[in-house]
Amino acid sequence: MVAKTVNQKAWFLVLPVLLVVAFNAIIPLMTVVNYSVQDTFSPGVFFFEGTKWYQEVLASPRFHGALGRQLLYTAIILIIEIPLGVAVALAMPRTGPWVSVCLVLMALPLLIPWNVVGAMWNIFALPDIGLLGFGLNWLGFDYNYTQQPLAAWFTVILMDVWHWTSLVVLLAYAGLSSIPDAYYQAAKIDGASRFAVFRYIQLPKMKRVLIIALLLRFMDSFMIYTEPFVLTGGGPGNSTTFLSIDLVKAAIGEFNLGIAASMSILYFLMTLLVCWVFYTLMMRGEEDT
Amino acid sequence: MKMTKILVVFVYILFLILPIYWLLNMSFKTTNEILGGFSWYPQNFTLDSYKTIFTDPSWYNGYINSITYVLMNTVISVSFALPAAYAFSRYRFMGDKHLFFWLLSNRMAPPAVFVLPFVELYSAMNLFDTPLAVALAHCLFNVPLAVWILEGFMSGVPREVDETAYIDGYSFPHFFVKIFMPLIAAGIGVTAFFCFMFSWVEMLLAKNLTSVSAKPIVAIMTKTASTSGYELGLLAAAGALTIVPGAVVIWFVRKYIAKGFALGRV
Repeated sequence: MVAKTVNQKAWFLVLPVLLVVAFNAIIPLMTVVNYSVQDTFSPGVFFFEGTKWYQEVLASPRFHGALGRQLLYTAIILIIEIPLGVAVALAMPRTGPWVSVCLVLMALPLLIPWNVVGAMWNIFALPDIGLLGFGLNWLGFDYNYTQQPLAAWFTVILMDVWHWTSLVVLLAYAGLSSIPDAYYQAAKIDGASRFAVFRYIQLPKMKRVLIIALLLRFMDSFMIYTEPFVLTGGGPGNSTTFLSIDLVKAAIGEFNLGIAASMSILYFLMTLLVCWVFYTLMMRGEEDT
Repeated sequence: MKMTKILVVFVYILFLILPIYWLLNMSFKTTNEILGGFSWYPQNFTLDSYKTIFTDPSWYNGYINSITYVLMNTVISVSFALPAAYAFSRYRFMGDKHLFFWLLSNRMAPPAVFVLPFVELYSAMNLFDTPLAVALAHCLFNVPLAVWILEGFMSGVPREVDETAYIDGYSFPHFFVKIFMPLIAAGIGVTAFFCFMFSWVEMLLAKNLTSVSAKPIVAIMTKTASTSGYELGLLAAAGALTIVPGAVVIWFVRKYIAKGFALGRV
């Protein structure tokens, strides 16, 4: 690859993007930082509070609870969706008229507004009139997601698997279709087992897209808000209150600005850290290929 | 082996279709029938819910508002991202890598963090409750995404193309619009698709940045759910209709989807 030419004037090409994103990112972020270190007693009157809100948030069991549930949720999502997505991608036909049909059908859940996804599952899982809830009860399970925390978790996770596994499938499928046929033929001549083909041909070729899938699924599940909010409203009790839900509750529901702002900053720093780790891994992977 | 594969794909797609089927099923029932009990298909098939949505302005305006800001956002995101992506794919300049990461980090920022400051910012600019406010707010995650995808497509075009054009005497804007953009037309299509998609499905910002006149359909739905009790039939029909624009768009770009993902740039 030819080295890119150094040209400082390229800044002018980036400037419009820089301005529109900075307008959206930096001003609001500064507002949040501002709130996170101040307190107010009446509108327009602010006092500098230093790290008081941060200490309060970091010590509060409520934040620990939300963070713990968030981590558990994200972990479960990744453990289910990544292998399932890869398995479905491996089973997809590689050529033929069915490829388009499968891809379009699989992409459908990705294009449904998130609160519609929540509303759809809300109805789908109702024990009396929803197919899932009715079916589970008919099979003899005592299932009611509005009252049992475990059932609520099951529903929220199943909904996310339904919603996002296709993204992993599409990414993994794209990685697989970039493998030339010659590789498979060579493997056949060598008498390689099905597993060997997967381990030494398919998996390495999918490595890059899988890192991206992992990154996207981590990020999106870590900041999930709308779907579980519409489905369960964070309940029963607090059992499905994840970080974003808790944050919006504090900011808009209780209008607790200092707490909400310092939570925001901590939350943002966490995603940024993980994002940076993934990005570094990804860039390293890109240099290798 | 072959059979297991077909079975896996079949079962997976069935799993995806079932909740959508259930939504459609309910949208063709009256609310009374829905609440009346469990049934696999509508006993008294009715289109009343759809009629209400298409004749009541408070419903169909929601769709118009949503489509307005989604299209505005797609146009802004793609046109702003084009030159920037070109700069990232062709040149090195001071701070380019940091800038790229900073842009991407905005794609990763939880929207919940931004809700409150956004409301204040756009109120201060007198943009609150306009489609433009939502379109601009969605730029936060769509512009970085567009830059990322476009950069991937542009890097696939050999640099000799640029150099030949400059030698032939093309100016930069002329070259960019006349030669370069047609070369990455598929990439622009895929990018527009993803901008459309992420703006269409987002609702936390869209809902909180609007109150009356620019209310998106997704917000109207939540309101109906909470105020007028359970108008389940209407809700299901409105939900079913929100799937349509996405399905139409995806049908048009189905050939490029795999390609866009293949670049691993989503």
